[in-house]
Amino acid sequence: MTDPADVASPQALIADLDSHGYLADEALATACFLALRMRRPLFLEGDAGVGKTELARALAELLSAPLIRLQCYEGLGVAQALYDWDFPRQLLHVRAAEAAGARDPEQLEGHLYDRRFLVARPILRALETTPSVLLIDEIDRADDEFEAFLLEVLSDFTITVPEFGVIRARTPPVVVITSNRSRDVHDALKRRCLYHWVEHPTFDREVAIIRRRQPLASERLARDVAGAAQALRTTDLIKPPGVAESVDWTEALVSLGVDELDPQSANATIGAVVKHREDVEQVRHIDWAELIATGRRHGA
Amino acid sequence: MRDVVEAIVGFVETARAFGLDAGPDRVQAMVCALDQFESVSYRNIYWAGRVTLCGSRDDLDRYDAVFDAHFFGAAEPPEPPPPRTISRRALGMEPDGGRSGDDDGNAKVSAASRLEVLRRRDISTLDAADRDEVARLISAMDLHVPMRRSRRHRPAVHGLIDAERTTRAAVRCAGEPIELHWRARRLKPRQLVIVVDVSGSMAAFSDALLRFAHAATRRLARRVEVFTVGTKLTRITAAISSPDPDTAMAAVAAVVPDWSGGTRLGEELKELVDRFGRGTTLRRATVVIASDGWERDAPDLLGSQMARLRRLAHRIIWVNPHKGVPGYEPLAAGMQASLPYVHELVAGHSAAALENLADVIGRD
Repeated sequence: MTDPADVASPQALIADLDSHGYLADEALATACFLALRMRRPLFLEGDAGVGKTELARALAELLSAPLIRLQCYEGLGVAQALYDWDFPRQLLHVRAAEAAGARDPEQLEGHLYDRRFLVARPILRALETTPSVLLIDEIDRADDEFEAFLLEVLSDFTITVPEFGVIRARTPPVVVITSNRSRDVHDALKRRCLYHWVEHPTFDREVAIIRRRQPLASERLARDVAGAAQALRTTDLIKPPGVAESVDWTEALVSLGVDELDPQSANATIGAVVKHREDVEQVRHIDWAELIATGRRHGA
Repeated sequence: MRDVVEAIVGFVETARAFGLDAGPDRVQAMVCALDQFESVSYRNIYWAGRVTLCGSRDDLDRYDAVFDAHFFGAAEPPEPPPPRTISRRALGMEPDGGRSGDDDGNAKVSAASRLEVLRRRDISTLDAADRDEVARLISAMDLHVPMRRSRRHRPAVHGLIDAERTTRAAVRCAGEPIELHWRARRLKPRQLVIVVDVSGSMAAFSDALLRFAHAATRRLARRVEVFTVGTKLTRITAAISSPDPDTAMAAVAAVVPDWSGGTRLGEELKELVDRFGRGTTLRRATVVIASDGWERDAPDLLGSQMARLRRLAHRIIWVNPHKGVPGYEPLAAGMQASLPYVHELVAGHSAAALENLADVIGRD
């Protein structure tokens, strides 16, 4: 499939994503389906590690489109996210023009603001690449002023460069925006998007995801890890483990040659699951035998 | 299709009654979303509305309720809570008499050191004359504006090369970058939001804290917003803006309806975040909450509102006058619920403590 709007139904999308290694539930697939059909950005919120970024990757593979990723951070600005002028080239151009005998500075300056001197940063690159999947990752990390720059891009898929003019996408890219909700994102941005909250997966889905991502893990181990992760999520941890952690955990256990989770191997690999000192402290007091048993009841 | 649109309009009306922010653009998006499916079923209506009408996780639960109510007649929209009668009964904290040991021999010491002693005295133990003196101390207090880095740059003498200005200058020198220009991040004063609890249990301190807020307003002008809480959230930024402290205090007294009543901190913080969280008032602001954390309602709401506030604000400073008491533990239920979200807990019981507060605010 190359045109995003070709997707037939949420069910078809579930199957397509599955064939590219992503197991989506109906809710996520429906949100995704609507975003593709309506050519609207998909705004995904959810705890860290529930597979928001992974979805963008799977969509890109599915559409055979390049994934263009913009990782947000504090202080991110137009020059890093949208476009920048290629100043060294502009200088060279001036020198070359001077050597060729150009004398009119005004005219020279006009030539300087040509498209070829414009460096495309992720968002501009996404607008100019058809098809493409633009992932704006962890937007809650960027300053809130930055969201204002996205408004124009997300509603009209255009970028206005003051010195140059308006750059318009021929076909809008598929846009996925993720947020870990460390702060609230402006309403104005959200209303241009389709909103979806990504839940932690159910037990069965988590087992399936672990097995898919860690083919070397036994069914037993995958079920144990998923059960324990689900049990850990109900405890009062600062950062409850996401699926990403379950997968990492399984990988760690597989590396140790473990076939089923037991208290000893759980303790040895706990660094793959909980990553806050306070959480490690809390997990240290957990009765693993009990937790693993709870997890197994989960699966039964 | 027309029937469908009518059905959706009806549904959206219910959604609004439940408090979902279903503006016309969102409704249009919902109709468009529904159009993508092959058929119009409850299931498809559900999903079309869910991705377009909701904007946060909290909306999702509400949305489910709306959907059940509208299509399956489950529940009536929540009634707005009946207005509560304001209790004038002060919760009455007895001023602590044990803390005034340092006023022995006041007559013998010089005026300067008398002031010094006064600075450290617990405000709730002062008599009227001393109180005036302390009020003057507070009004004369110096505050440093907390600054934040703006996204914009300004010309600077060192920092990053300002490629654009350098290039422009070079063009005029036939491409020779003779003059290098520099840029640095522009600094902006950070918004300061002060919330003063004027309920009964804070009666002894609220005047001093409001005077502090007044001093802040005078120093930092338009970058300060002041609110009072008690049984009602009141925005007093305008009232407190008079340059003379006493005139300002009188103006504040006239607009605040709930002096020395009870405290519904959770509900009022909710109102604060609901009303002012969307604009730029709270976002990345330094928020100062002056309260003892005595909460009449269950503290869960306060905790969840503090969590919301924490996500918006840059820093939350909690001023608790009782923190100045040796051996104080933040045991009040409201204090307990708020503490995880507070960046700094400071005392506010004396002029010296308020000076310290000014420092903490300026430190950013």
